Amino acid sequence: MKNENLYNYILGVADNSLILGQRIGELCGHGPSLETDIACTNVSLDLFGQVRSYYQYAAEIAGEGKTEDDIAFLRREREYKNVLLVEQPNTDFAYTIVRQFLFDVYHLLFLQELQNSTDETLVAIAKKSIKEVSYHERFSTDWIKRLGDGTEVSHQKIQEAINNLWTYTDELFHQTNADKAMVAAGIGVDVTALKDAYYAKVNSVLEIATIAIPESKWFQKGGKVGVHTEHLGFMLSDMQYMQRTYPGMEW
Amino acid sequence: MVPQIDKELHPILAQVSDPEIPVLSILEMGVVRAAQIINGIVEVIITPTYSGCPAMDVIGDDIKKILKENGYDANVKLVLSPAWTTDWITEKGRKALLDYGIAPPLEAEADKDVLLGSKKLVGCPQCGSTNTKMVSQFGSTACKAFFQCEDCLEPFDYFKCLK
Repeated sequence: MKNENLYNYILGVADNSLILGQRIGELCGHGPSLETDIACTNVSLDLFGQVRSYYQYAAEIAGEGKTEDDIAFLRREREYKNVLLVEQPNTDFAYTIVRQFLFDVYHLLFLQELQNSTDETLVAIAKKSIKEVSYHERFSTDWIKRLGDGTEVSHQKIQEAINNLWTYTDELFHQTNADKAMVAAGIGVDVTALKDAYYAKVNSVLEIATIAIPESKWFQKGGKVGVHTEHLGFMLSDMQYMQRTYPGMEW
Repeated sequence: MVPQIDKELHPILAQVSDPEIPVLSILEMGVVRAAQIINGIVEVIITPTYSGCPAMDVIGDDIKKILKENGYDANVKLVLSPAWTTDWITEKGRKALLDYGIAPPLEAEADKDVLLGSKKLVGCPQCGSTNTKMVSQFGSTACKAFFQCEDCLEPFDYFKCLK
């Protein structure tokens, strides 16, 4: 493939949204309340819409008749480049909303920078997505504050989810080889430069939410290079079932 | 951003509506950015309201169908840039939304105040009162939030401002 770094770079960006979209999509009809159920599915739909734009672009680069569906549904686990954070299970609403919050803050910072890319298609996707992700971030931030500074039980649940998901945050700022190549080419975002702004924002919200910021310096990594937690395989078997059973199936 | 639409195509495209908001034509919605006859073929450019808007495929098919019925072959292209904004909904479109029971989008600042719950500015499409509250930031479709009037108690959709 001619533009392999760009192709891998786009997948690295888009896979986060695909896997997170699938995770919160699982709550369709199962949300803790009607409003949160609708909100989660709306966020999921936004993410899938963004993913389609990225994958269509990636398919164009790949050539050889590849389609967005091939990229979404027909890769093996090791070929998915999403961060470990987004594949973590829903567990309960505290985990769901904390995962969302920890990703949304990053996502918004990332898209703000992607708007300055020299790649016109990526700029167009970023400018479109940023309007949607601003709503996501507002939604998850509100819930962190409300539940963190809520009842004794809600506080304790948010604290537990933060403590357990914190270990997946550092990976957001790791660079793959494709990242480095695309940053050098003026196309990609230098994620290492987002780290300070990210933790400043996250910590300020946690403070308002009366949630203690974890002190652990031990962080998990691997998703970006295809080494995933055990949860992704189960998700993929669900997601890919139709395409694997009826190859080439279309709606 | 005035869309480039050939005069003779205007009345044809005005018959296509957003399947999720049937009272609004795609022209009033600002979804059609260009429609021009080039070498005998109508080249239509549309832009999605939201990235994941499932209506876009249907809108594209509807455009082709109605142009075909009027004797035109058409290509429909989806573009993301410049990104759609609620500013592109025409005055007539806003009026149609309100009559249909959907509160039209406010200006960006006012929209923020409303969604953060700090001010009451959204008018109830049923009784006109602005004594309304947001029930949910996300509503029945990606472009709407869910509200309730605290005077007449009717629930209603509010079209979120997108800038």
